Amino acid sequence: MDVEFRIRRFDGEKSYWQTFNIPVKRGMTVLEGLYYIKENLDGSLTFRASCRMAICGSCAVKINGKPRLACETQILEIGNSLEVEPLDNFKVIKDLVTDFEGFFKKHEAVKPYLIRKDDNYEEPVELIQSPKELHAYYDFTLCVKCGACYSVCPAAATRDDYLGPAAITAAYRFNADSRDEGEKIRLALVCGDNGVWRCHFAAECSEVCPKQIDPAKAVQKIRFKSAIETIKSIFR
Amino acid sequence: MKVQHDIVIVGAGLAGMRAVIAAAEKSKKLSIALISKTYPIRCHSVCAEGGTAAVMREGDSFDLHAWDTVKGSDFLADQDAVEFFVREMPKEILRLDNWGCPWSRTEDGLIAQRAFGGHSFNRTIFAADRTGFHEVHTLYERMLMYPNVIRYDEYFLTSLVIEDGKIKGLTAIELKTGDLILFEAKAVILATGGAGRLYGFTTYSHTVTGDGMAVAYRAGVPLKDMEFFQFHPTGLVPSGILMTEACRGEGGYLRNKDGERFMERYAPEKMELAPRDVVARAMWKEILEGRGIESEHGYYIALDLTHLGEEKINERLPLIRDAAIKFVGIDPVEEPIPVRPVAHYTMGGVHTNANCESPVKGLYAAGEAGCVSIHGANRLGSNSTAECLVFGRAAGEKAAEYVLNADYSHVSNEVYKAEESRIFDEILGKSGDENPYQLKKELNETMDKNLWIFRIEDELKEAVKKIKELKERFNNVEIVDKTKGFNTDLVYTFEVGYMLDLAEVVAIGALNRTESRGAHYRLDYPKRDDENWLKHTLAYYTPDGPRFEYIPVTITKWEPVERKY
Repeated sequence: MDVEFRIRRFDGEKSYWQTFNIPVKRGMTVLEGLYYIKENLDGSLTFRASCRMAICGSCAVKINGKPRLACETQILEIGNSLEVEPLDNFKVIKDLVTDFEGFFKKHEAVKPYLIRKDDNYEEPVELIQSPKELHAYYDFTLCVKCGACYSVCPAAATRDDYLGPAAITAAYRFNADSRDEGEKIRLALVCGDNGVWRCHFAAECSEVCPKQIDPAKAVQKIRFKSAIETIKSIFR
Repeated sequence: MKVQHDIVIVGAGLAGMRAVIAAAEKSKKLSIALISKTYPIRCHSVCAEGGTAAVMREGDSFDLHAWDTVKGSDFLADQDAVEFFVREMPKEILRLDNWGCPWSRTEDGLIAQRAFGGHSFNRTIFAADRTGFHEVHTLYERMLMYPNVIRYDEYFLTSLVIEDGKIKGLTAIELKTGDLILFEAKAVILATGGAGRLYGFTTYSHTVTGDGMAVAYRAGVPLKDMEFFQFHPTGLVPSGILMTEACRGEGGYLRNKDGERFMERYAPEKMELAPRDVVARAMWKEILEGRGIESEHGYYIALDLTHLGEEKINERLPLIRDAAIKFVGIDPVEEPIPVRPVAHYTMGGVHTNANCESPVKGLYAAGEAGCVSIHGANRLGSNSTAECLVFGRAAGEKAAEYVLNADYSHVSNEVYKAEESRIFDEILGKSGDENPYQLKKELNETMDKNLWIFRIEDELKEAVKKIKELKERFNNVEIVDKTKGFNTDLVYTFEVGYMLDLAEVVAIGALNRTESRGAHYRLDYPKRDDENWLKHTLAYYTPDGPRFEYIPVTITKWEPVERKY
């Protein structure tokens, strides 16, 4: 059957809608639809894609109003007419391609790596971590940095410098890792003016996350921890 | 525009990022640039699923890992490199542990290991079935700690600048602006991955188009052993998405249409856990002989996990379950997964020694882009992510040592101007009546048909002819998108050009090699021929097609014997 793809395009100056009709078989994904257009109808259509198995995070776009990974979205589950747009809250570079530089900078800003005093590059030793300790943070390691959460975040929409759900989730992921010793450093980074207290608790991030990570929970956990630290410091 | 860095590393997968960290650890004064055509965590290494091999526990030994690797390679691996590789591996696992990799654990909190094909000890370390994903993120995050690393995300490599046998730099397009940038460098490390998108039915990401190999080849650097392409037994039908070997490592079965575990007829001892070349051939034979299972997408083999139970599948193979449900609507807890052998790994690559040094001074290659060779004619599962770690590190360290005593050599403005004109006038500005997408489609069809698991002279000759025709037609390609910024149409066209050059090397190399060894199986020469062919292939670029030379294999401890599983 034929499916109508309406795509919001941008050529660097103006934004416009263009419609393509493409033949669709059962099992075909939105990403395959975009490739069909590029390979057969219009080679200038611009989008990002790589792994096509929902692990690289390249192809998040807005499909009928909701951010999703194009590669794991079945066309026929959406219907016989699709609207594909670039993610909100990101500057559009061309067609469906948006600028992720700031997004990655925010991730970097929370020191998303293990901090240990005994870091020894030459002679590393095996660290013990029980399955229970692993499970305490493991789900939060699954973030593919696709930007879906950031694109629906009302706090990010109103403030450019808000760290956003993905970066805060990364901070929490390391804070919750039994091998890490950098919690205080990271708390200071994510509890400032552009951090967790800006969150509106709309929890839309958790709703759209293609990996079901629940960034809102990470924000909440960090707020709680930060509050406790503040109280502790009063009595210190 | 021109920039200068001591070391420029191209490719931000496991090998590239490991090289960055190694070089940065060597010296805080070095200026290290990392160029990648995607954001680093979008690299293909994230698709590695099953695990990474290393000797960690009592009962295993370096010699055993080395022997498994050499036997798996059908004796084409260089044994000195293999011995170095297995000894360096355990430390890499521990480093990743110290940098935050969420390794799966035993009840005691130790790093866990699982069984994998061709390994005679359960030595595959893993992070559920997302090992590559977690390794990539761990290296990326660790890399953020080094202030002397400068990233160039979304830059596309177009050429290497080599003069008098020495690397001087490279050119790359900044995708966002479309500007060509000249990178002057004392050393360059190619870590651009394999060439898997030569094939249509493949596990590879769309971005894996052999850029580094092709650019090096065009600049006169030889490619080694390119005729050896690995077919992974279990690609999801019809997309080709990888269904990890860990499915079988955790106890999964392969069954034909009669429900038979046919591997007992091909590898009675190792069964489903024989090396990939053996299993892929067995599956293809089952299909050819009419014992495949029919579907609207062709015949397939059943990957049966139903006896493993939901709990084990959720813990050990969560990505597999999720992917099977999302992409084909099948829950592996309930029913078998439809799979078929699929193009998966490029054993060949840029010719280097065990220090990752190419014949060009200051030019290194690591990971799948390079060919040391530790995989020979057939790589064992979980040795590729391992290779990226060990040889990424080796390349980074060697390059760092080299540049401390080397000077920049100036690249003339003419070189830059010539490259700019080649890209924007000759390629982007050209008119013609061919489109790159059609050429790529025909290339994929040829590779899938004529350079698949079973090869034979007539079909190989036909493939060579077809590839030459495609190369001719490529000269007549017109790019639709004439704009400068983020021109993926231009990038795609470049990639197709790269792949056509590489395909020619693969096809002629396969035609020349009149024996069967590892993944290269000739129906007309079904036996391994050590007398004539225990040697590496080197392909050199000439305008009329590749010129071939052969060099000996390094043997230290293990003389070739018959390979049985």
